Amino acid sequence: MRTTNNHQEHGMSLVVQTVSRITVGLILLYGIHIVLHGHLAPGGGFAGGVIIALSFIQLVLAFGKDEALRKIPKPFISVLESIGATLFLGIAILGFLGGYFFLDWMNKGKPFDLFSGGTMIISNIGIGLKVSLGLFGIFLVLILLKFTPKK
Amino acid sequence: MLELNLILVFIIIGAIIAIQVKDLLSAVAALGASGLGLCIAFLTLKAPDLAITQIVVETLCLIILIKATIRKDLPFSTSGRWFFNTLVTFVFLAVFLYFGYKALKTLPPLGKPLMKISQFYMAEALKEVKATNVVSAITLNFRAYDTLGEATVLFTAVIGVIAIMRKKGRKKIEEADEND
Repeated sequence: MRTTNNHQEHGMSLVVQTVSRITVGLILLYGIHIVLHGHLAPGGGFAGGVIIALSFIQLVLAFGKDEALRKIPKPFISVLESIGATLFLGIAILGFLGGYFFLDWMNKGKPFDLFSGGTMIISNIGIGLKVSLGLFGIFLVLILLKFTPKK
Repeated sequence: MLELNLILVFIIIGAIIAIQVKDLLSAVAALGASGLGLCIAFLTLKAPDLAITQIVVETLCLIILIKATIRKDLPFSTSGRWFFNTLVTFVFLAVFLYFGYKALKTLPPLGKPLMKISQFYMAEALKEVKATNVVSAITLNFRAYDTLGEATVLFTAVIGVIAIMRKKGRKKIEEADEND
């Protein structure tokens, strides 16, 4: 059995790691589901984004930061967060094509369909990306900070 | 509205404890308790959407803050109080289930208007936006400008945290300490 002696470097015990291996994917999928169905059911970009961030954080807590950072490299985080922010702003500015800020220019579709509600689904994806990777970035910064002063 | 007042008093007491207590971890726990109180308050006001977001954000903040503070100062006891801990867990679970049940039961049936403005949104959301979640239709279509502001606040917060915690600045401080 793995000892929890060097806790921060190698993550938590075998039990936690085994359970995490099963649940991380499910939590991530649930977050994505909530983001994508933001215009049909309660939830949306903010709530779903935080759930996605929680799945990333579970990775870090269970397997240690090196293992998690190998799976989710740092440039990936910052690039995707910026893409999320610009996606939402881009939706707003593209409204100027038809006349004004935040004009919903997309085909609306039928209610209760996944692809309905015009630009809302893209806005939700943008906000979801932004929130999840922004919060995960804050968490990573706080984690990494703890190791820098030790020499 | 008695429940709401009780919960508000609970939140205020939690916030005061969080400010006044000396131990950092206790302060984080008190902050989490007041956040959970806010979540129950949202449920009593019949806003499950906000309650979901609040409880998820609260959980995340608690994890981040505990992770950040746990090595800094701390008497940390894990044994000897299992009965109290289990009792508190079950009491909180019962409170959540009770208020969640009440909030979901007293939620008005879909499409039944409560007030004038919401009447307009209810009427127009399905017709104009073709979205069945009216809250999302309001935040992302009718009042998307507000949401842009919120997203900007979050973006600024991330930039602020990364700027404060960046490595370069800390190294300079350490060098200054060594020079002293």
